[in-house]
Amino acid sequence: MIPLEAVLAVSAALFCIGLYGVLARRNAVLVLMSIELMLNAVNVNLIAFTAYLAPARNIGQIIAIFVITVAAAEAGLALAIILRLYRNRGTVNVDEVDLMKW
Amino acid sequence: MTPLQLLFYVVSVIMLAAAVGVVVARSVIYSAVFLLVALLAAAGLFVVLFAPFLAIVQVLLYGGAVIIVLFFAVMLTRRPDDPQKLDNPQWPLAVVAAVLVFGAFASILLGARWVTKAPGPAPDLAALGDSLFTQWAVPFEIASLLLLVALMGAIIIARPGEKEE
Repeated sequence: MIPLEAVLAVSAALFCIGLYGVLARRNAVLVLMSIELMLNAVNVNLIAFTAYLAPARNIGQIIAIFVITVAAAEAGLALAIILRLYRNRGTVNVDEVDLMKW
Repeated sequence: MTPLQLLFYVVSVIMLAAAVGVVVARSVIYSAVFLLVALLAAAGLFVVLFAPFLAIVQVLLYGGAVIIVLFFAVMLTRRPDDPQKLDNPQWPLAVVAAVLVFGAFASILLGARWVTKAPGPAPDLAALGDSLFTQWAVPFEIASLLLLVALMGAIIIARPGEKEE
């Protein structure tokens, strides 16, 4: 049997790797990829908890389906925003888009 | 060690290694390929955790759709002066932040008492669909509305304006 802690440790590590990517990358596409990693870590957590704690009620899998839906919508919108950014500013580097920075 | 445990550890190592590849690769295309590997490995993890339907959804939606979208984003935003610097100058701070957050998670993991009972298989797909359309009907409809709004928003944002045509 796989201990629940092992699954949670794996997903925590995945989340932190994604967090590093979000903070350290300057290309907007790479930031988006890191966000996808973080969302996946959350899904692993939800599915692990539903399998170990309440397999009969199955709430975690349903919430994971919603998370995947929102992630798909987010990826499409992010592509549109990145395309618009590239067309208007000629760059996708988030540190060069500082018009609204104080 | 049972085959299931072996599968879990192998898939976890592949997933974490591919995730590290995503955040350290020196080319955006390599990052996208590493992300594909990580997402497929996550699908394997879902199979180990008794969620075969979620694994199929993961392969179809992430392995298919989201990766294609990301490849489009990479292709459409390439500049002639590639490869360029992909990391912030402040990346050591990001390492510190990620390690601190992982430390917080680890302290919670080590401090709590977790259930020791074995994981059980979830109800079958029919029960999942049943509860999705009865108990979760309102969130389901909101999610479909969200997808519609995101679709229209993406078209409006990405469409070239009159001046640019």
